[in-house]
Parts: sequence; C-alpha cells; structure tokens
Amino acid sequence: MTAPADATEALTPEVGRARLRKEDERLITGQTNWTDNIRLPGLLHVAFLRSPYAHARITAVDVSAARSEPGVIAAYAGADFAAEQGSLPCAWPVTPDIVIPAHPPMATDEVRYVGEAVACVVARDRYAAADALAAIEIDYEPLPPVLDIRTALNEDSPKVHAAGNKSFEWPFANGDLAAAFSGAPVVLERHYRQQRLIPAAMEPRSVVCSCVGGEFTLWSATQIPHVLRVMLAMVTGIPEQNIRVIAPDVGGGFGSKLQVTAEEVLALLLARKLGRPVKWTETRSEGNMTVHHGRDQWQRIRIAADRDGRVRGLDVSLLADMGAYLMLVTPGVPLLGAFMFPAIYKMDAYSFHCTGVFTTKMPTDAYRGAGRPEATFGIERIMDELAAELGLDPLELRERNWIRHEEFPYTTIAGLTYDSGNYEAATAKARELFGYDELRKEQQQRRADNDPVQLGIGVSTFTEMCGLAPSRVLGSLAYGAGGWEQASIRMLPTGKVEVVTGSSAHGQGHETAWSQIVADQLGVPFEDIRVLHGDTQVSPKGMDTYGSRSLAVGGMALVSACDKVVEKAKVIAAAMLEVAASDLEWSPGRFAVRGDPDQGVTISEIALATFAAHNLPDGVEPTIDADATYDPDNFSFPHGTHLCATEVDTETGFVKIRSYVCVDDIGTVVNPLIVEGQVHGGLAQGIAQALYEEAVYDDDGNLVTTTLADYLVPSASDLPSYVTGRTESRAANRLGVKGVGEAGTIASTPAVVNAIVDALRPFGIDDVPMPCTPERVWRAIQTARSDQTQGTDGGAA
Amino acid sequence: MAEITVSVDGVKYSDHVEPRLLLVHYLREVVGKTGTPIGCDTSNCGACTVLLDGESVKSCAVLAVQADGTEITTIEGMANGSLHPLQEAFHAEHALQCGYCTPGMIMAAADLLRENPRPSDAEIREGLEGNLCRCTGYENIVRAVRRAAAAGASA
Repeated sequence: MTAPADATEALTPEVGRARLRKEDERLITGQTNWTDNIRLPGLLHVAFLRSPYAHARITAVDVSAARSEPGVIAAYAGADFAAEQGSLPCAWPVTPDIVIPAHPPMATDEVRYVGEAVACVVARDRYAAADALAAIEIDYEPLPPVLDIRTALNEDSPKVHAAGNKSFEWPFANGDLAAAFSGAPVVLERHYRQQRLIPAAMEPRSVVCSCVGGEFTLWSATQIPHVLRVMLAMVTGIPEQNIRVIAPDVGGGFGSKLQVTAEEVLALLLARKLGRPVKWTETRSEGNMTVHHGRDQWQRIRIAADRDGRVRGLDVSLLADMGAYLMLVTPGVPLLGAFMFPAIYKMDAYSFHCTGVFTTKMPTDAYRGAGRPEATFGIERIMDELAAELGLDPLELRERNWIRHEEFPYTTIAGLTYDSGNYEAATAKARELFGYDELRKEQQQRRADNDPVQLGIGVSTFTEMCGLAPSRVLGSLAYGAGGWEQASIRMLPTGKVEVVTGSSAHGQGHETAWSQIVADQLGVPFEDIRVLHGDTQVSPKGMDTYGSRSLAVGGMALVSACDKVVEKAKVIAAAMLEVAASDLEWSPGRFAVRGDPDQGVTISEIALATFAAHNLPDGVEPTIDADATYDPDNFSFPHGTHLCATEVDTETGFVKIRSYVCVDDIGTVVNPLIVEGQVHGGLAQGIAQALYEEAVYDDDGNLVTTTLADYLVPSASDLPSYVTGRTESRAANRLGVKGVGEAGTIASTPAVVNAIVDALRPFGIDDVPMPCTPERVWRAIQTARSDQTQGTDGGAA
Repeated sequence: MAEITVSVDGVKYSDHVEPRLLLVHYLREVVGKTGTPIGCDTSNCGACTVLLDGESVKSCAVLAVQADGTEITTIEGMANGSLHPLQEAFHAEHALQCGYCTPGMIMAAADLLRENPRPSDAEIREGLEGNLCRCTGYENIVRAVRRAAAAGASA
C-alpha cells in the first residue's frame, strides 16, 4: 500500500494543458491506416458507372460485354440488386406527411441526378474495373431536369418524383408576429442565397467489405460506424450481429461522412454475391458529384424594429434544396436553423417556415454547421442591414438586443434555454484585439479620400446549438435515434488504462483529449491511457461524431464511467485497507484513510488486486471496469464575436481580408492547441463559402465543378492569418464544456460578407451574392454606379 | 509492360509495369508504400507529393515509367533514426488534424526549404499553394514550416 505522493509528484491537471497529440506519430510518418490502404487476400476492385443525365428513364441495360473484358470477375446493373438492396435510409422524417421517395442504392428504372450509380464492374484491379465500364451499354430516355427550387413548386414544373417536388413544409412560430410587425417603425426584407457547397474532405470515400461464413466486416471512411452498422442491417436485412463496421483512420468528414451511402450498401452485397472481399475508392471527380452536398437555400427574411434598434419580430421563410432524394438527415438540416435565427437576440415574436424541395441534383445533407451557418448568416446579415438603416454602429445595435450576461439561463423566442454566455465580454475583447475604433477611423478617411481600395468592417456575434443532443428533444423533432454517447473504462492489471469511446474521431484529436480527461478523473498519467474507437467490435455502442458533440456528450460519458470506476474501487480499497468505505477519501489516483493519509491504496493497486481477485469481499465482482451512457440535459451554446476587415478594390472587385479577429467562448477548454486548430479550420471553411466555393450545375443539370480546379477549396495563399482569443463561461455540464468543431465555420461567413458590403455601402450596395468573387463584386459596383448615374440623370426607367 | 528500376526510400526495386501506371499507384500498390495518399485526380491537392531525385512532384501526375532510374523519397523515408525536423515541427505546432494532406504537405515543404531555407510567411504560403488542407486553415502549417526552417530543416 502506498504512502501519499509528495507534492512534487502531484499530477498537474491535464484539462487545460496544450498537450501535443498522440495521434500525430502515425500521421506524420506515413503509417496511417486509411481505408484505401487495406489489402486483403483475394481483394477485388469495384468501379461504378454513373448516370450522365440529370433525369432520365433507363430503357435498356446490357452489362454482358463488360463481363468478358480482361480481369473482370463480374458486372451488374440495378436489376441484379433489386431484390436485396432496399432503400437508402432517411432517419429524420420531419413531418408526418413528409414525402420520402424510395432511394435504391443502384438505380433500376429512373435516374435523378448526374452521378447516380447505374451499373458496376468488379475486377482484379482498379484499372481493369475502370476500363470495363466502357463496355456497358445503357439506353436512356431523357426527362426534363428540375434545377431551381424557386420554380420547382410551380404547377407546370417537371416532376422529380411522381409525388411531386415538395417533400415537406415545416412551420414554427412563437409570439404575436402580426403585432410585432404592424406599426413597427422599421421593417426590412432581404433575400439571401446560401449557395450549394461541396464538403471536400481531403480523404476521398473508400469502402472495403469482406464476407466470411455469413459474417461481414466493412471498413469505411465514415464518421458513423455505429449508426452505419444499424442502418446497413435495416436496409439489407443482414442480421446486425453479423455486421462489424470499422472506421480506421478517417481523413476528415465535415458532415460528408455522416451518411449511409449507396456504395457502402453495394459493397456489402457484392462481397456476399462474390464470396470475396471488395474495395471501392472514389476519385475526386466522382466524389464531387456524389458525396452529399451542403447548404443550398433561398432565404426570405423580414425584421421589424423600433427606431432605437430594438428588434420586435423576425419572420423567416426558407426554400431548401433537398436534391433528388432524402438521405440520412437531409430534411432535418435546414430545421436546425429554425432554432438559430433568433441567435443571441431578444424579440417579441418569431416565425419560421421551411419548404423542402426536390431537384434533380445530388442530395444535400449535413455539412460543417448543418443549418446553423445558414441561419447565422441570415440573422447576422440582416442585423447589419438594420444597423445601416438606423444609422447605428452594428455592434451597438447588437448590444441593444442581445441577452445580457446576468440574464442567463435564458429561454429564447425559439424555445431553447441558453445555459451560459457572456456576449459583452467576448465583444469587448474582440474589439480590443481588432482595434475596432481605429479601423472605423481609417474607413472614414478612405471614404473621404475616395480611395479606390475601400475598407470594410464585418461583424458576426454568433451563437450556435451543439452537443447534439438530448434524446427526448431529438424525439420531439421526429429524429430516428437518440443523442447519447457511450464510454467504457478498462483498468488493466499493469496499471494502464484503456478508454473505449463511442465517439468516432476523424481528425479531432480524441485520443489526446480523452486521455487528458480520464487522467484527471482517475489520477493516472496521460501516457498510460490508450483510447480506442471506431470499430463496432471494440466499441460496441456509440452515436459517433458530428454536430460538435464529441466532448460535450462523449466527454461527459467518460466522466460518468470514471465515477463508476471510483465507486467500485472504493469497495475494494476498503477491504484492502480493512476500514469502512465511509472512512475513505478519494483524491484522483488514490484512496486514503480519513485522518491517516499515509494509509492508502492507488487505483492501479486496486486494479491489480481485481486481477488476482484472491482477497475480495464476498459478493464483490473482481473488476473495477465500468461503462456509462450519457444523455445530455441540454444542447451547449458556444458563442463569440468575430470581426473581419476587408480591403475591397473597387476597380477590380478583388477582396483581401486584411485582418480577422475572433473571440470564442466555448466553455472549459480541455486542450487549447486542439481548440485553436479547430477554430482555424472552421474559419477557413466559412471564409471559403464567403469568397470562393460554389457547386455549380449547368442548365442540363451537369455538375460543372467536378474537380478541385473548378471547385475552389482555398490554399494557404488564398487565406489570411487569424487572431484568436477566448473568453470562458462554463456550460452547465460537469466539465463545463461546449463544443468547437463548427463554431468558426458558423461565425465567419457573415463576418466576411458583412465586411464586403460595409466597404461598398457608400455605393448604395446592400448585398453581394456568395461566393463574393472579384467578378461579382465588380459587377455589383458597376450596377450600383449605373443606377446612380441614371438616378442623377433622372433617366431611371 | 515496361521494366523500371527505381530506388524508393533507399531500397531498389525492379518491376514490370503497364506504361499507363501512375507513379502513385506504383508506390502504393506495387511497392506497398501506402504512406503516400491520393486526394484527387487532377493534381490539384498535392496529397501524393513525393521527392523525385530531390525535387517535389505530384506522384499522380507522373507515370511510373517516367520515374525509371530515379531516386524517390516518400514520407516513409523522411525519418532517419529520428523524425525529420519538418515532422517534428508539424507535431509541435499542431499542423495537422486528420493528417491526410500531411505527407504531401511535408514533402512539398521539404522542397520549399531546399530552395529557400528561410522563407517569409508569405513565401511559405505561396510555396505550398499546390497543397490543399481542409482541416487546419493553414495557420499552423505556416508556423510549422517556419519552425522547421529555424531548426535547419533545409540541411
């Protein structure tokens, strides 16, 4: 039995330390286990033939010629899977009367977007498989595409599905909207476009599947091995206990790998048909077409306010492009925004209405932020418009409306209860880091000088809801699963610890952060902890990683499991020390006898004692391992103030971000290094939406931006350096943590666009559609100048 | 089929390959060097960057037959008993998250530092513009390359 560690040996708290990541060693040396690296004996390669039409009837398919190509083992069309492939799942039927069309993994009689799989070849190597696709013959009867959600609901529009182009209508209202708007001194209406985006995780999707004796192992570059396992069983009818899903190292997701894909289902079926393992890895061009897209909304927003800037009411109407089918959470994504439009502001009334519309394009689904960036963009843009209308500084307007820090917890007009926050503190710090007042002075000077390069200052005081999610809330929103997370702690006889988490990391750094949390809870060294995840045989239960949920939910599951370990260990410690359990005091790592601190036993000694199990009290299980499943009471609500200064060249339309400052409040920080990295990456993706990225379809429904030459994922030279700061108001969970994975993306897009519009406001410009390319900025200036000239001449038509 | 002889990370290989075989597929599927990943099919992303006789190339844009007679260094050949200063720096500055772009980013940075041992931040950003990262926003990658330069990574 140990004496107490002396003060110099006391463990420094791990939570809050900028620990370098455990994950890095394999990643920086090329030892990473990506799905496409997997080689199995007898492995075959799959290539898919994809529809070249946005909308067409398949009138004839002949794969026989492909079967006789060299190296080809098999070739199949949709009809070959018809009896077993089921329909890809939508787990979020948001209304009772929602239209959820059948979505066969391989099309059988009709295709509804360019890229939809229509046939496949299985061959000895990937080159042979790709070659043989050319031998497949398919006849199509083209049907008219449906590409614009603004006209898709017209009577005379062609139909994507027999049931029509409307999937659902989802309304929400609170307060007396008519009263808020009638007689309001200021009413503004704005229409904003949330362009379609391609998530573009750096690792393309890849899936490997083997079937041995009716037992399937499926490796996939997925964010959701656990959800995927359940869904594969439900879609194919293969018993769930016979499916093991492994997410090995996964190279980014951003929501795009939160999906049950056609290729995963078909890999399972091919492995069963052929009795040999199969692999499919997409090309980037294939992925741009067929990894689900993000965003794509038209927003109509009305805001009513008093002359002093107090917001009276907000009225939001959305058209959301579902694409051709509803995938895993497609219809739920825009609805997450319903709760976020009121943001940090108090108001008397709020109305939200969303119509989900089908088009003949790739389905949309979750992309970093999922519904919340769209809402944050809408509200933060119109708050700037309101400030301009009233002649108020945009920060001043926000301060007049935001929830003051002493008002928490605060229930918003959208029905969420924000547990904590301090918008004053974050804003004050951001202003200072940014040099807000000096930049405003410079802006005035440039305006006075008619400088061809104008300065704009953009504000975004965002919040978001993350830590998805309390299961009962998800139930009330008709979501098909819970929002809990699972953790297991295994105390090894040698004093080391295995932590099993149901959260499935793909770049977030769980192996490091989880070690830090458990080290503090159990008083074991950071280095002695190993974190296991991403394999349904190793971590049998989990809800996986999305919605900035890992720490606020999965981290809390760790704390609960550690509690149970300590509780079990206490009984054994009491027996080992021959005292009553009530006489023991726990300090992380060790139980000591109250009043006699020299008498004690460490958690590792207790673990070893359970391994031997020679002298345990009667009826005590020989283990202190524990599992816990944690279901959060509430979402968490990170917030922050982001300030962006842009220099806009009014002669070329070129926008340069001169400085970007963000101060985020994400509650307790477990690892500041990881947090800062998440913020940087989030900012880059949000800025990319503002300035660079858009998935473009032509008039026939062909995706034009199929490569990274056409779809502009920014490089290092396209992005600025960021200044990041933090304030901290603890969340109401025991760790005090919120979430940080999506914050930067949610906040930054409106900050950048507000800065561009702010620079151009003297021209009479009040919007530039995203992405704000030089051409679009230049055109906005030309149009404004020509309007002004015509106005001066009195010649406006 | 054509016969090629190449040295990969210090080991000599002779293989018969299809003339159309891409170098990256040769490295990954014939030699078994899966440390070099593939991120696109238009040589935009740079994930597959390796050194060919000391100069960085995107191995998806080179045919294996073009590499005949060359010495290739991949990410797997960078650590020589201890980590290369760039590997150390990427770890120390948290310049990677998912890590998929990291092999290519490190190889491109090695070539950048060979040509310009003490680059400015702007020169680092310009020098790495052929390598895309979706996770880090590049801030920490710039810091890592700066740190490696200070540690004499070009040597």
